[in-house]
Amino acid sequence: MLDRALKGSKGYWTLVIILLGFIGAGSLAYLHQFNNGLGVTGMSRDVSWGFYISQFTFLVGVAASAVMLVIPYYLHNFKKFGRIVILGEFLAIASVTMCMTFIFVDMGQPMRIMNVLLYPTPNSILFWDAMVLNGYLMLNLVIGWATLHAEKKGVPPPAWSKPLIYLSIPWAVSIHTVTAFLYAGLPGRHFWLTAILAVRFLASAFAGGPALLILLALILRKHTKFDAGKEPIQAVAKIVAYAMCANVFLIGLEFFTAFYSNIPSHMHAFEFLYAHGNLVPLMWTSTILALLSLILIVPPKMRGNETVLLWACIAIFISLWIDKGFGLVIGGFVPTPFDTVTEYWPTLTETTITLGVWALGFLVLTVLYKVAISVREELGTAGPPK
Amino acid sequence: MSIDRRKFLKIAGLSGIGMGLSAADSLIKGKAHASEESSLPESGVRLALVIDVGKIRTDEDYKRITDACHSIHNVPNIPNTKHEVKWIWTDTYEHTFPDQTNEFIPTEMKEKPFLLLCNHCAKPPCVRVCPTKATFKRPDGIVTQDPHRCIGCRFCMAACPYGSRSFNWVDPRKYLDMNKVNPDYPTRTMGVVEKCTLCVERIARGLEPACVEASNGAMVFGNLADPNSKVRKILSTHYTLIRKPAVGTQPSVFYVIGGGENAG
Ligand code: SF4
Ligand code: SF4
Ligand code: SF4
Repeated sequence: MLDRALKGSKGYWTLVIILLGFIGAGSLAYLHQFNNGLGVTGMSRDVSWGFYISQFTFLVGVAASAVMLVIPYYLHNFKKFGRIVILGEFLAIASVTMCMTFIFVDMGQPMRIMNVLLYPTPNSILFWDAMVLNGYLMLNLVIGWATLHAEKKGVPPPAWSKPLIYLSIPWAVSIHTVTAFLYAGLPGRHFWLTAILAVRFLASAFAGGPALLILLALILRKHTKFDAGKEPIQAVAKIVAYAMCANVFLIGLEFFTAFYSNIPSHMHAFEFLYAHGNLVPLMWTSTILALLSLILIVPPKMRGNETVLLWACIAIFISLWIDKGFGLVIGGFVPTPFDTVTEYWPTLTETTITLGVWALGFLVLTVLYKVAISVREELGTAGPPK
Repeated sequence: MSIDRRKFLKIAGLSGIGMGLSAADSLIKGKAHASEESSLPESGVRLALVIDVGKIRTDEDYKRITDACHSIHNVPNIPNTKHEVKWIWTDTYEHTFPDQTNEFIPTEMKEKPFLLLCNHCAKPPCVRVCPTKATFKRPDGIVTQDPHRCIGCRFCMAACPYGSRSFNWVDPRKYLDMNKVNPDYPTRTMGVVEKCTLCVERIARGLEPACVEASNGAMVFGNLADPNSKVRKILSTHYTLIRKPAVGTQPSVFYVIGGGENAG
């Protein structure tokens, strides 16, 4: 089926070439980093994780969010998700690919990455994260491919795929929970040392991932023959609305605990992020977008309008990207263990590598979506559902 | 309340589903806090350092101690503080004991530098999180590291509550005078993490850590598990502080504050 990625319109190839250009630039920047060390990034002795790890954390959420389509479709037999569920599974594949690449570019000694498997260390959460991410990638590859193959042949998906699909549901939850545990078990990092971190991660993932999916579905409708249909998009929008409410509520809880308890170490990170650090404008943008998006997506009348929905999803995606793809990791490292503040800002090299990895993810996504859409075009099932 | 305490604890212990037998056990014995458990290892050795802050006075004293470590271990001198590598260094009281300070501490304390280094924690989070066992704890309590196994993920830096670890953001050899390096100790490469090793290489030869040797008696090295050791004698007669006791790592570096004359 992969051969369908080789035949495409002019628009398709333009997109592929642009993405390849970004990947090329990212690779060159990475070569520079590889030769000169991670000193070419904005990270430091105090802020030892930066842009790469925060992008990884954000994208684990996008990957996990596929489950928001898998559960209604397979568990509740919500037939309307039939044509969109594969978009979620392929988005998961692309996101996990980016996650792994971000981990890779963050390594000080990338050639030794196999040490994680050669010396398996069950007490390290990073070991488990590597396990669950690889497993999730395999699961989605196999499931996505098998269902698409069956669809092409006009037969029901093979019987063996059912248990795998059911397995993928808790598995999706596990990838984001384990990723939260990377942070939530560290003494002395008060911003992360919170029992609701995993829940917060899941809430923001179930808002951000499906929001991206709605955007993708709207783009596909505009530029390809594929139409996910109005109803499924509205159903996904409802999921986004609920998840975003939960997410905002959970962040509110963190603020209450920190500021009502009045314990300085719990307040420091929030004060840095929202009152006096270099991320203040970004964090407030995120907050305002989050609140604005709630106004746009919660009332059914607003959500029902696809233009409003489009803007709501853009607002949610940017808001969560700032919150998790930036603030979470940096906020955890500032203040330092010495109660001092070391600012962090990514360098040009770091930004170029980051863009390259995102481009790689979008290339994987483009190719996978191209295959899925071609198959449906041939079957004549690409158009809007009746 | 007619139910007596023992009985209550037993019921509490039995009904603690999922609490794990050992947790229930310690509950019955009345030991609810993990930090109250003995941190002394079965090996009978837990190496430790006691730093008498009153005995280190001049800037030269501090420099002599930190230089002793950095020169024999080929620790590079990188001017950019974002990239610096340091095994032992000084900082203020407030930065050293951020949760044990109040606004009225004596000025001399406020202004005095404190020596900072890896605490060789009895329960080291850096070891807990390392995905390759590159950082590990030896039976004698030393928390050390194999730089050849380290993948440079810097998880240990996120986990250490004391900022004790340095990462080689750049090639450290560019900041070393290669004619002056100690040939008996390796230099490191870019992309790995490092920290104080409590001078494992010297201890193996029966020597004391280099900083202790250079401290003119201000630092004392010994075995915490031996009640007759020098370190235990100081700890039982002087008032000492450890850094961030609340995080439960149980440091093996102790600071004598104020000296014996004030403690009595
Ligand atoms: S002080 Fe930090 S690096 Fe040293 S043993 Fe404790 S946690 Fe590990
Ligand atoms: S940076 Fe090296 S020592 Fe630290 S956790 Fe990673 S592999 Fe272990
Ligand atoms: S114990 Fe050894 S390695 Fe550690 S600070 Fe002292 S001299 Fe340096």
